[in-house]
Amino acid sequence: MHLAAPERAAFCLPFSRLRCNLSLFFDETPPTRFLMNPLFRFIAELQDVSLLLWRSVVSLRHGPRYFAETLRQMDMIGVGSLPIVLLTGFFTGGVLVLQTYPTLEYYSIQNESGRSVATSLIRELGPVLSALMVSGRIGSAISAELGSMVVSQQIEAMRALGTDPIRKLVVPRIAALILMLPLLTVAADIFGLIGGGIVANYIYSQDVQVFVESVRNGISTKDIIGGMIKPIFFGLIIGVVACHKGLSTRGGTVGVGRSVTNSVVTASIWVIIFDFFLAKALQYLLDIGRL
Amino acid sequence: MLADDGKRALPLSDEIEFSDMEEAIDAPERVAPVIEFRDVCLAFDEKVILDGISFSVRRGETKIILGRSGGGKSTIIRLILGLIKPDAGRILIDGEDITDYDEPELMQVRQKIGMVFQEGALFDSLPVYENVAYRLREQGVEEDEVEAEVRRMLRFVALEDAIDKMPSELSGGMRRRVGIARALVGDPEIVLFDEPTAGLDPPTARTICELAIKLRDLHDVSSIFVTHEMNNLRYLSSEYAVIDENGEVMFEKEGERLCMINTEIMMLRDGKVGFEGKDEELMRSEDPYIRTFVHGK
Repeated sequence: MHLAAPERAAFCLPFSRLRCNLSLFFDETPPTRFLMNPLFRFIAELQDVSLLLWRSVVSLRHGPRYFAETLRQMDMIGVGSLPIVLLTGFFTGGVLVLQTYPTLEYYSIQNESGRSVATSLIRELGPVLSALMVSGRIGSAISAELGSMVVSQQIEAMRALGTDPIRKLVVPRIAALILMLPLLTVAADIFGLIGGGIVANYIYSQDVQVFVESVRNGISTKDIIGGMIKPIFFGLIIGVVACHKGLSTRGGTVGVGRSVTNSVVTASIWVIIFDFFLAKALQYLLDIGRL
Repeated sequence: MLADDGKRALPLSDEIEFSDMEEAIDAPERVAPVIEFRDVCLAFDEKVILDGISFSVRRGETKIILGRSGGGKSTIIRLILGLIKPDAGRILIDGEDITDYDEPELMQVRQKIGMVFQEGALFDSLPVYENVAYRLREQGVEEDEVEAEVRRMLRFVALEDAIDKMPSELSGGMRRRVGIARALVGDPEIVLFDEPTAGLDPPTARTICELAIKLRDLHDVSSIFVTHEMNNLRYLSSEYAVIDENGEVMFEKEGERLCMINTEIMMLRDGKVGFEGKDEELMRSEDPYIRTFVHGK
């Protein structure tokens, strides 16, 4: 069976194989036709992403390792994303108190506003919102950079010069995301609590000590651990999706734009879907979220 | 470059015995192909790109590949580098069958090959120095050696002054020349040129061709030069480089005394080899397709 040109690239070879395998189920269906089927497209893409991840993991076994590139990415992802993550955390914490305080007051449990904001932020909103912000800022940047390198033949040049682009480009980015996203999440959580405290104090005249006490009573070590585990997975998702979308770019500069959009949308959706399953898994494993 | 009787022509000198030259030409390592395609087939979806292509390139030889756009010329280069795999047939580099090699094995093969991309394909985020030094850095070469080699290569392409510039500051021709310098680092035995003169003005295109001629005649590099520009073909197949008494590189035209045989032309047509031979044969061809291609009518 003949295959489309872009799928012949080493990154997409497994995709081609899948196409061959799937085609066994059809008598005269042209490959491009059955690939229009969203289900097959999804399975094929999932296979590509899984293989990219597998090759990234395998490449960690031996050198060369690009520590300097990983540090550069950590700086770009961590330090670069800090302002937007802090702002997001601060105002999310603030708005949580703003919206929940009147309800809590109705039930005369307004002293628990700190617990409410802490639980929401540390368990859910901190990790998810930080991941979504990083997906928008970093996921798009990664797929745009790699996509541009594909269309301007820089990736081919890299391979021609004897460098494995997965080692050189993919692994440092994924590693940096996995390392930096939990730290960003912690920063977002802290600023969220500060934002919540300020709103509770200045708008609802709640004593700061009461708010802090409520926060301390509301969260446990397990909550913090759970809140740190989630971003590790989210970082992995954002990194793998962004790198895959970037490296599978085709169609010139228009294709780069498409890759960026797809990268952000896909990573964001996967973050939200995975959040549910991670929450359920953490509930089971760490006994979080049960009263 | 051969004399009329088929012997390789070297810069004429009293010290070189004719028998030495004959021996040098017929040495087994020179006769064995450096690049060999055996019945290679490739198709994308239903479109057949290469249909049973066979050819070989010997040491120190330049193979010019002509053909219309989208005719599979660049695909041949990508196959040699192992960037894509053929549907059928075998590809040999330096006698080594690379057809079924995996990526780590291909990385080793690629160390022998330099590649000049159509638009240069320089790394935008790195200055000229780092672009040229890229391969050496990956190999962990000492900084002193790296700098010496980078300067030597930039001198070869006459761009030493641009060493600190970023790719965005370079003209199209300069980018190609930096691309050539990058490809030549590490003295590869094979250099692949993928339409290196596309979109360049004639003098700059001529400069690129001169670099390819110097590589062929003075550095004994085997190369494949993909193009559809007839000027390139004329330069490469009718001129040779020699070093004069002052150590300067001179370009001379083949004439009655010398006839070059280290440059061959292969024309692709509908995925097959439509023509293979010398430039004189190409020019004399009565085939309507070749005539249209060569003479434009």
